[in-house]
Parts: sequence; structure tokens; C-alpha cells
Amino acid sequence: MAMAALRREGGRFAPLIYPRPITAFRSSPLPPILENEGPVGVRYISTQVVRNRMKSVKNIQKITKAMKMVAASKLRAIQTKAENSRGLWQPFTALLGDLPSADVKKNVVVTISSDKGLCGGINSTSVKISKGLHKLNSGPEKETKYVILGEKAKAQLIRDSKKDIELIITELQKNPLNYTQVSVLADEILKNVEFDALRIVFNKFHSVVSFVPTVSTVLSPEVVEKEAESGGKLGDLDSYEVEGGETKGEILQNLAEFQFSCVMFNAVLENACSEQGARMSAMDSSSRNAGDMLDRLTLTYNRTRQASITTELIEIISGASALEG
Amino acid sequence: MLRQASRLLARAPILAARARPFSTDLPAAQSADATFTEAWAKVIPNMDPPKTPLSFMQPRPPTPSSIPSKLTVNFVLPYSSELATKEVDMVIVPATTGQMGVLPGHVATIAELKPGVLSVHEGTEVTKYFVSSGFVFIHANSFADIIAVEAVPLDQLDANLVQKGLADFTSKLSSGTTDLEKAEAQIGIDVHSALNSALTG
Repeated sequence: MAMAALRREGGRFAPLIYPRPITAFRSSPLPPILENEGPVGVRYISTQVVRNRMKSVKNIQKITKAMKMVAASKLRAIQTKAENSRGLWQPFTALLGDLPSADVKKNVVVTISSDKGLCGGINSTSVKISKGLHKLNSGPEKETKYVILGEKAKAQLIRDSKKDIELIITELQKNPLNYTQVSVLADEILKNVEFDALRIVFNKFHSVVSFVPTVSTVLSPEVVEKEAESGGKLGDLDSYEVEGGETKGEILQNLAEFQFSCVMFNAVLENACSEQGARMSAMDSSSRNAGDMLDRLTLTYNRTRQASITTELIEIISGASALEG
Repeated sequence: MLRQASRLLARAPILAARARPFSTDLPAAQSADATFTEAWAKVIPNMDPPKTPLSFMQPRPPTPSSIPSKLTVNFVLPYSSELATKEVDMVIVPATTGQMGVLPGHVATIAELKPGVLSVHEGTEVTKYFVSSGFVFIHANSFADIIAVEAVPLDQLDANLVQKGLADFTSKLSSGTTDLEKAEAQIGIDVHSALNSALTG
């Protein structure tokens, strides 16, 4: 109403109103406050831009909160499975020990990663460890190949190690993980890749906030025999009588394959748990960030709104006082 | 900001309390493989070396001088640990060479399993499972590790389905053309006849 009164008296207050030429483009990039021209050249400040930003940030906050809930429920489902499978690899380590420093000619690094993103840094850690193992086991007459499970590791490793990649497997979690699926996978890998030592790199799930990069080593039967003969950790393997089968070699071959499938199963489950846990914490920090951003934007919005109200008031009051006096 | 600081402080001890690993994953006193850690530190000094399974396992006790009275059995499946460090008197495992009885003080052995009945004898009670296949490791310190792919208690087996399965696979064997089909049918027959004898015998 005050604005309408001002407009009616528009002619008398020409010196009070400063018609601004509308510039074609602004000199400063993206000012947060827009200054519009009113109908008779009256300025008022628009809060539209800030309001748009607030709306989009609020939407992002809702989405990330929902993603965190989804990850939490998926984690609960898969955590029991992973916990139950933990007993599976222990007998093998008890029998054959653990020799990550075994010096062999043909190394194969099996990198386990996730297909989907937004799960923090776990895939990058796995890839870094795989590259580290590659470097560790490089030398004359030695070669290291990669077998990749999951899209994220594929994207990272394909850039600089394309010629070293033997096999890529994706969409592992389309159906719920079970032992049959993993053993078929292990079969494929064993059929197509020659190896002396398989090193499986994955993130072991300790808790919702802690994932430990781990490497499990599975040695081929020939290397096991060699290490057993040379003594050391596997020295007392010879003292074990081998029942059944035609030769000891056959049993050791079956043993190595079985060990690989068991260790793979546990590794895949642990990595899936770590993925969900990492996604939970990533989405949690993201929604907290969005909340902070929203607070800051709200303050800016209120400030500009109050500034525009104050400017309006000043103009009205100065106009009114000019009328009186 | 003060509110956030207090929130962070409150969260930290809760996280520390919850950061304990699961009870199934006991933090062992085993140190990681020293040669591996050294080699890693030389080549990649900026990153911590990855952990290895040895650091997640409880170490096994050494071989005692006298034969212990009980056998400690770990019976694990991919989706559960049926028996974990259970002390029993005897287990009978279906090895490929026949039913093998394992008592405390058994010589160290690695044996492959065929489909058959596993029985665990503890005092007077006997628990029977039908196992599909797997391995059994008997260590010198009277620890037995049985790893099977699938194991069911005998009372969960249905005799009719077993007969039907046996008939199915026998017909598949006779009608099979490739070696792979014949091998699969043979495996099916082996498993089902073992099931049959487990239910009857």
C-alpha cells in the first residue's frame, strides 16, 4: 500500500528515484542478490536465487538420508552372512599357514571392489594395495596379472594397467551372494588363469566405521610342495598323511581349489559389508554437510530479506517525511 | 558450533566402544608376517601394508607331549560354523577311502570327503549329519577341522525325494551324450545313493 502511494506521487519525487540503466551483463560473476527494476524504477532485492539453492540442498539432504537408511538395512542383512562365513578360511590357514611373502613367478592379484559408487574410499584403497602388490612382486622373470571383480576397480585399473588384466567380472551382487555362485566364479578364474600364487585383495569388515584392507594368499599345489620341502612355515606339511585319491598331488590340487573358493566367498561377503558400511558413513557425512549448507543459506536468505524490507521502509519513511516537511 | 563440538565428543567414545571386532573374529596375538611387512615398507613406504589372515586368527596350541583326552572339532560350512572348538570323544567322517574314525591322538592327516554321514560322538550322544563333500584336516595336537560345502541333519532328509532323485539321475546317465553330462549324472547318482544308504543304514 505504501508502494502504491509512492507510485501515485511519482511525478513529484523525481529526484528521489534513480532510474538505473539495465546493463547487458554484470561485471562481477553471479552476485548472490539480484537487483530488479520495479515498474517506476523502484529497486527491490530478490531472494529467488537463494531460495532455489535452499530447495535443491534440502532435496539432496533428503536423498542422502534415504540412501543411508537403505545402506543400513542392506548391511544388517549381509552382516550375519559374513560373520557366519568367517570360520571357513581358518582351517586352511591353520593347515597351510599364510605366506604373503612367497616368491613366485606368476602372481595373480584378485581385486574385489563394488559396482556402485558413493561408498567412500574403499575401492581406491583396494586398487592402491593391488598396485602396491604388483610393484612388490615385479622383477626379472616375474609377472603379475589382475583379475578384477567390480566396476569401480575396473575403471581405475584399466587406465594404466590394461595389458595386465586377465579377467573382469561385474554385477556380482545382482542376486544375493551365495557359495554356489562364488564357487562357479572361482572355477572360471582357475580355468582361465595360470598362477603360482593368488593374492585376494579386499576390505575386511571390522565395524561400521572401520574397514581393514587385507590380502589373502592362496598358493598353487606345486608351490606348496616346494615350500614344504624347503622347510620353514610349511615344513611340517609333509608329516600329514594324505588319505584317498591316487596321488598326493591330486589331493593338494583339490585342496588348493577348495581353499580358493572358500577364501573368495568370505572375501566377497566381507567386501560387500564394508561397501555398505562405507556408504552409510559417506551418506551420513553428506547429509550433515547439506544441513550445514542449509543453515548458512537460511542466514543469507534472512539477511537479504530483512535488508530489502529495511530499504523499503527507509524509502517510504523518507518519502513521508519529505511530504510533511 | 559448540553444540556440534559436544556432539562430536559424545560420538567419539561410542565409536571407540563399538569399534571392537565381532566375537567370531578374535584379535589374535599373532604378529603379521614380518618379511612381508619389511618388503612392503621398502617398495611402498607411504602406505600401511595390508593385513593378512594370520593376524585375524587365534593361534593353535602346539602338539602336547601326551595324548589329550578329548578331540577338539571345528565343523564349518560356508554359511555357518556348526561346531566351533567343541570337545568331543570321537568323530566318524566319510572319507573317500571309507568311513574314518578320528580319536584324540590321531596321526596328522589330510583327507578328502565323499558324500556320506558324519557322526559326532560326545559321551553317549551321537549327532549325525549328511555332508555333501569337503575336506578334513586332522592336526597333531588333536584338533580336527572339517570343512564341508553342505551339511544337513539326517532327520531333514525326505526319503521319497531321494528315491526320485536317484531314478532321475540314473536315467540321465543312460541318456547322456557328452562326457560332462555323464559326469554330472554320475555325481548325482553317487550323492543320492549315499543319501539312500544314510537313511536306511
